[in-house]
Amino acid sequence: MSEFLEFRNVSKRFGAIQAVDGVSLGIKKGEFFSLLGPSGCGKTTMLRLAAGFEYPDTGQVILDGADITDLSPNKRKVNTIFQSYALFPHLNVWENIAFGLRVAKRSKRDIETEVEAMLRLIRMGDQAGKKPDQLSGGQKQRVAIARALINKPQVLLLDEPLAALDLKLRQRMLIELDMIHDQVGITFLYVTHDQGEAMSLSDRIAVMDSGRIEQVGSPAEIYETPRTSFVAAFIGDTNFLEGEVTGLVESEYCQVKIADIPGVICFNDKSMKPGNPVYLSIRPEKIHISRDRPEESRLRNIVPAVVEDMIYLGSTTKYWVRTHGLRVQVLRQHFRFFLDEKPIRWNDDVWIWWHGDDGFMLDRYRAVDEHLVALPPRKVGEPEDNNEKP
Amino acid sequence: MKRESRQKVRESLVSFPSLFWLSLFFIVPTLFVFAIALKPANPYGGIGSGWTWDNLRSLVNPNYLAVAWRTLWISVLSAAVCIVLATPIGYYLARVTARWKGFFLMLIIVPFWTNFLIRIFAWKVLLHPEGAIKKALAFSGLIGPQTSLLYNAGAVVLVTVYTFLPFTILPIYAAAEKFDFQLLEAARDLGAKRLQAFAKVFLPGIRRGLITAVLFVFIPALGSYVIPDIVGGPSGEMIGNKIAQRVFVDRNLPQASALSIVLILSVLAPLVTVLVLQRKRDKPESLL
Ligand SMILES: Nc1ncnc2c1ncn2[C@@H]1O[C@H](COP(=O)(O)OP(=O)(O)O)[C@@H](O)[C@H]1O
Ligand SMILES: [Mg+2]
Repeated sequence: MSEFLEFRNVSKRFGAIQAVDGVSLGIKKGEFFSLLGPSGCGKTTMLRLAAGFEYPDTGQVILDGADITDLSPNKRKVNTIFQSYALFPHLNVWENIAFGLRVAKRSKRDIETEVEAMLRLIRMGDQAGKKPDQLSGGQKQRVAIARALINKPQVLLLDEPLAALDLKLRQRMLIELDMIHDQVGITFLYVTHDQGEAMSLSDRIAVMDSGRIEQVGSPAEIYETPRTSFVAAFIGDTNFLEGEVTGLVESEYCQVKIADIPGVICFNDKSMKPGNPVYLSIRPEKIHISRDRPEESRLRNIVPAVVEDMIYLGSTTKYWVRTHGLRVQVLRQHFRFFLDEKPIRWNDDVWIWWHGDDGFMLDRYRAVDEHLVALPPRKVGEPEDNNEKP
Repeated sequence: MKRESRQKVRESLVSFPSLFWLSLFFIVPTLFVFAIALKPANPYGGIGSGWTWDNLRSLVNPNYLAVAWRTLWISVLSAAVCIVLATPIGYYLARVTARWKGFFLMLIIVPFWTNFLIRIFAWKVLLHPEGAIKKALAFSGLIGPQTSLLYNAGAVVLVTVYTFLPFTILPIYAAAEKFDFQLLEAARDLGAKRLQAFAKVFLPGIRRGLITAVLFVFIPALGSYVIPDIVGGPSGEMIGNKIAQRVFVDRNLPQASALSIVLILSVLAPLVTVLVLQRKRDKPESLL
């Protein structure tokens, strides 16, 4: 399928700030597409470019084959859910939803039937007479959705629509948004800084940083095979281990020397050659931990370690272990609870191991991204962490 | 519930001084005016004894009706022109950057540094048959050489608008400053043209500012005396001038009082209507 909403080499600058920097991006028809990135990376600006509230300095915005770059907002078949909802305070729920049809001069009968249908979709038929300031956050949210959807937009733009809601409500609205997307079947362009939201809702995600797209892919692709260290660090937790390629194994894998751990096996998807410096990223949940030494096996990396910190998280426990001067995060799922099993405790000697396919090699992350790599507090007098610059 | 009523008591305690002030210097004198209107005049410019309806009856007089009608339309027109000018000005003031905002607000306030009377006399000079404006307009052929810019109702409207425009800009600006301009984007997003968004979202959004602004021109314009006296001439006379004539020329205080009562009632009528309407609208539906 070809692209439905397309940004072609779009740039937008505000004074000294390059908010969007040469972005090319294609969104397919009917897709739930998310822009994910830290605050200030240019997500809202991208939406405003699509809605027509901002015009790009260079580049084009294409919708359904037509160049809409210079079209004013009221002429675009896109509608926006604003971060603050922007419901009209002087109109009640019914009138807010009817607004688009009224300015389009639709007949009274049409307006009535369509508003009623929308009120049913958002299950707020009994609240039609209320003014926005009498509604709860979740209700405002739903009215904003209905008000936008009633215009039958080709693309619905959502700017962090759940950010203002509390956790429970957010989870419910997540499900509701997903249902609405399935029901109306239009294209959603969804902006969020919350990876959980993006992961659970999206067909595809574009990870943004400083006005650029770092990676586009399905949630699983982005999580399992991040292309840059920024993506790896921003999406979920990860361990970054710095090392050097020392040899190749069966052409598909290579041996990496990390600190003084020799011969760590890693899948070589980037065609690294011996002598190349690399950054190895391993997700905490991909690393196993136990008191007993696991069996040797092909492509399995086994390293002895000492438990330094642990946090019990209910369904999981997070460990920080030290091995060869490196501090590594390990996440352990509780499958069974053995009464006779001696639990792992602080200062215990343990073994950690992971499969060669579970680590991925990246370029070194940039200094500006360092704040994204969640560092556990370091004890005084300890050697440098693995995440620090050498 | 109990706490609410205690709060109410406390609020009325706070408003007591202003209530006292208002009754001492506004309500009591007004009652005096009402009383004097029902007294006969005596030949020496004083107030006679006994009571009479004659003063009020004499108001029904084509001469007065013409002046009352003129007073009304001059006030309505002045208020309308002020609102039409002040609304876009208030809108832009709220949208420009802070630096420009300060500059423009300065421009609006600077004229107040010059005395009100002097500014009106300045208009008299400007509009004078030998004045610059008249000459320029006549030269460019926009008006005939005999057309007078001064001493007519038009001059009164012009100077009234000039005088009260700042008082309409400020409340509209204050309301616009609190307005959430993202609502205009939302309206445009939903298909409204620029002007539609302005009329359907911005104007209702600054409703209170608009009402205040209207009252700020309309009420003083109804009671105008100085402006028509200086630039109005006989064809620009308003009720205020008639009251002054009854007091200073005829020395007939009861007649002047009767006219004043008409004026007071016509000022109170729109004020009370607006207050009642506003109260009704702002009451949340759940309480009804
Ligand atoms: N109208 C504007 N004027 C000046 N700077 C702006 C404007 N809009 C956005 N920016 C800047 O552009 C950058 C990107 O902003 P934005 O798109 O809102 O980011 P995000 O939505 O990802 O948090 C930020 O640094 C922000 O301060
Ligand atoms: Mg934003």
